[in-house]
Amino acid sequence: MIDTKLYGDNDTDVLIKESGYDDHFHEHEHGDKYRSGFLNTYIFSMDHKIIARQFLFTGIFWALIGAGMSIIFRLQLGFPEESLAWIKPLLGKWIVIDDVTGMGTLDPQFYYALVTMHGTIIVFFVLTAGLSGTFSNLLIPLQLGARDMASPFLNMLSYWFFFMASVVMFFSLFLSTGPFSGGWTAYPPLSALPQASSGSAGGMTLWLVSLTLFVVSVLLGGINYITTVLNLRTKGMSLWRMPLTIWAFFVTAIIGLLSFPVLVSGFLMLMMDRGLETSFFLSEIFIAGQGALDYVGGSPILYQHLFWFLGHPEVYIIILPAMGLVSEVLSVHARKPIFGYKAMVFSILAIAFLSFIVWAHHMFMAGVNPFISNFFVIFTLIIAVPSAVKVFNWITTLYGGNLRLNTPMLFAIGFVSLFISGGLTGIFLGNSAIDIPLHDTYFVVAHFHIVMGIAAFFGMFAGVYHWYPKMFARFMNETLGKIHFWVTMIGAYAIFWPMHYLGMAGVPRRYYSFETFQTFKHFDVMNQFITVAAIIVFAAQILFVINFFYSMYKGKQQKTRNPWGATTLEWTTPIVAGHGNWPGNLPKVHRWAYDYGKDGIEYTPQHIPMKDGEEAGDH
Amino acid sequence: MIGLIIIASLILLAIIAVQIGKVSELSAKIRGEEEAERKSNKTQAIMGMVFMIGMLIFCVVTAYYYRNWMLGYGPHESASYGGKLIDNLFNITLIFTGIVFVATHILLFWFTYKYQHQEGRKAFFFPHNSTLEYIWTGIPAFVMFVLVIKGLAVWNEVMADVDPDEDYIEIEATGYQFAWNIRYPGEDGVLGTKNYKMITGNNPVGQDWNDVKNLDDFHTGSEFYLPVGKKVRVRITSRDVLHNFYLPHFRVKMDAVPGIPTYFVFTPETTTEEYRERLRNTPEYQMTDPDDPTMKLWESFEFELACAELCGKSHYSMRKILKVVEQEEYDAWLETQNSYYMSTIRNTDDDPHKGTLLNTEIIQRKKDFNSKMQLALNADTDDGKIIKLDYVEFETGSANLTSLSKYELDNVVGAMNQYGNISIELGGHTDSVGDDAGNMALSESRARAVYNYLTGKGIASNRLGAIGYGETRPIDSNDTAEGRQNNRRTELKIISQ
Repeated sequence: MIDTKLYGDNDTDVLIKESGYDDHFHEHEHGDKYRSGFLNTYIFSMDHKIIARQFLFTGIFWALIGAGMSIIFRLQLGFPEESLAWIKPLLGKWIVIDDVTGMGTLDPQFYYALVTMHGTIIVFFVLTAGLSGTFSNLLIPLQLGARDMASPFLNMLSYWFFFMASVVMFFSLFLSTGPFSGGWTAYPPLSALPQASSGSAGGMTLWLVSLTLFVVSVLLGGINYITTVLNLRTKGMSLWRMPLTIWAFFVTAIIGLLSFPVLVSGFLMLMMDRGLETSFFLSEIFIAGQGALDYVGGSPILYQHLFWFLGHPEVYIIILPAMGLVSEVLSVHARKPIFGYKAMVFSILAIAFLSFIVWAHHMFMAGVNPFISNFFVIFTLIIAVPSAVKVFNWITTLYGGNLRLNTPMLFAIGFVSLFISGGLTGIFLGNSAIDIPLHDTYFVVAHFHIVMGIAAFFGMFAGVYHWYPKMFARFMNETLGKIHFWVTMIGAYAIFWPMHYLGMAGVPRRYYSFETFQTFKHFDVMNQFITVAAIIVFAAQILFVINFFYSMYKGKQQKTRNPWGATTLEWTTPIVAGHGNWPGNLPKVHRWAYDYGKDGIEYTPQHIPMKDGEEAGDH
Repeated sequence: MIGLIIIASLILLAIIAVQIGKVSELSAKIRGEEEAERKSNKTQAIMGMVFMIGMLIFCVVTAYYYRNWMLGYGPHESASYGGKLIDNLFNITLIFTGIVFVATHILLFWFTYKYQHQEGRKAFFFPHNSTLEYIWTGIPAFVMFVLVIKGLAVWNEVMADVDPDEDYIEIEATGYQFAWNIRYPGEDGVLGTKNYKMITGNNPVGQDWNDVKNLDDFHTGSEFYLPVGKKVRVRITSRDVLHNFYLPHFRVKMDAVPGIPTYFVFTPETTTEEYRERLRNTPEYQMTDPDDPTMKLWESFEFELACAELCGKSHYSMRKILKVVEQEEYDAWLETQNSYYMSTIRNTDDDPHKGTLLNTEIIQRKKDFNSKMQLALNADTDDGKIIKLDYVEFETGSANLTSLSKYELDNVVGAMNQYGNISIELGGHTDSVGDDAGNMALSESRARAVYNYLTGKGIASNRLGAIGYGETRPIDSNDTAEGRQNNRRTELKIISQ
């Protein structure tokens, strides 16, 4: 369907060789000492393409663990009467077997540990490292026409700090007191006092260590992304010619750089409260069986400010890369320029700016002065405007297109649907008055899972299916991909849509059991339905993983460089590109990234010079 | 065994997946890749439309199905005034967002269907259009403006603190792992001060017993009551970790933070009974309550207090019942509640006022004495003219009045001054322990001690007599300690009036 002969691989080579930018790379080509052995090529690699794959593999590993945990706690919520004894070989003492009936029940302490770990793992390890880490690394140098990141060494460290964070977190799952169980937000005093929750003992220490290592990883990566975008763009690649993916990764890195250190400062204070008996966050606490503690004058609310000063930007750190990927995928497969490119960039910038002044909308009910909430309501609801602009622009991008409905495109369209559904419920929650009944109910669970959980996963899937050939020189299987898409799409709505009703009925989140309260216990059938849907969706993800690894070896081979007929530079490299990406000269850029269907030509890549008298597409 | 089944089914899934993959690639090869892609495009476009229509129907149908369970709809109109404002705001937002939700989804999947790939068609080169972009920046901005204005109006009304002059009840909720303590201010209407260092097993919230405002405060059991139509300010505190005071039916929610008291003000507008009446007409509440087969769901309905901030492993079980009742029933309930101090702390080792009399007790005793005096003055019989002076006590074996006895004796002085023409006889009595003569002498000297106290306060001696009766007139058995205690007494008898 794509006229790949329009710009043949040989033509591309000739063009780059003759009119590309000569950075004298060929003089070093045989001198790359870091490519000397297996260890340096595949493990401690400094090649951004390998590091991207390392992030992706680790992300998939964590996604399976994080999602698997959700299946276990969904079993508890959907089928509290069923015996979980069969899972005892895996969970050991956390499944309590009744001596008489043989019934196995999940220990509430471990239920909360599962909920906490699920959140931490998915938010940080999968949707931050696995998503942004993978695609920022893969696409920033390739789409900008750079040989690698500004500092390949820091880039390598970035992955290995993430790896260490992973090891520490994984280790914490096996502690006798259990992993941390105070919620992914880790609010003190619960997170500070081992006496209040056994998960706050060793589990919390490892949690803090792991996440601090993780922040180091994010910062090393972020500095690199920013520097690379600012300094290593090839000739002709002005900021306004960058694809939206790069804009998204660039802004994401800036947000991360500004917000993660604040989180670490909060963590350090929490560590001091835990270990050095300071009172940053603790005050006037009496622990049953132990007596009054000496902490005086601290404020638990201070921690919440520090946490959400990262925590809110963090949700944009997750969703902006997904938006960038989706913009690109939609445009490529619609064979149309993204509608309103500049508006899209300004929306990203506006969202990024606003993300720093809305954090206290997580704290309307936390005991802050109600007057302060007025400002946060205003800023929060303003975010709906750039978000709406993005949604309308995506939809308009489809209008009049010639849509290839393959798996990456389906996931991109699914992303738009989910972002609408989840975004609209944010308008309820952002309005502090409505937040009074809905705060910390299942309505919130539904909202953020759809808008930043599932939607971000969809952006990631769109990216994986779309750029899979770039990573492995093969395609993923389309049929399995489409099964994966439809099961996940329908399943995601089946899981999270009913949760809005639970929230509107007042059912609080983070409840191990609903049986204690008359008000909350009428929804057995719905909870079973959600659990069954979750299991089916989880099975579909296994299907994805099988497809992913199977296709790596047996998938359809990529035969031409630019299989999607895309305009961006990553498709001008050899199919299997070495460290340095382009063997000779670097391609020069002559146009913006979205010349699809211009002047009756299906697509014109960025490295093709302007014809005489041709008007730029982004005029 | 189940583990084995799971592993087996996973392997099976993997095999199936791989086979599907192989077959689909093979068939694509046979049919020609372009043909396969075109066909798949069409299928996907149709599935998109089916999905969109199906999802919109699913949303509407399930919302209708669950309407009577959701707060704010059907019988679940808010039980507080502020809650109604919030529910209204929710519905306004729902209308705006509902329109956007349906419209954007129809467009998204309709475009997907309409503009699916067709051989030979050229995509429309449409990179931007300022007019369109201004419109869809402007409209959301306007809608947000409306929602912000309305939202903040409701927020500032609902969250407003009480005016110190207005009529309201203040109660206190203290969260701890894993229950709520509800404290009422008692008769004085003011909650006493507390200090977390004073928390003990006997003093669950650390009330400072030196603060007299604490002495009438009471704690509730598993239920607490509020009168309908009266503004309530809940002072919300925590003893250990974060909790959240959550009353779903009243749209009340606020974190309990150790060290930083918070509050929530609301006015219950519906009594528990009225709410049950509403549920009575709802089909969903006609089921038998599984916990109490004698009742239907609507009959056993209660307003519940829950915790809505993760506080540890039993977070899900911090339940209390709130009963909203008419003022009379509330007053009657208040009568049945005992001050925590009086019922649990008074005269124990934890009581700093041990061995002294509280003002309230002095006043109460005076009241009691005066009413006994009234009875005696109006009595016709000889026995009726006798008043037992309950609080006049002597040190063991002696005729020295204890220091606390003077309060009761002052009541006697007061009565003698008030009724200037009565004269009385003071009678001393002992139990049967010890020899008769000794008891007689002791009782006489005790009566004389009281006599001396009264004359010392300026009561004329011709209005007073003092007689020792020893053990001759017991009013109770001398075989029990309690009986002997009753027999050791000082009496006052009105001789003339």
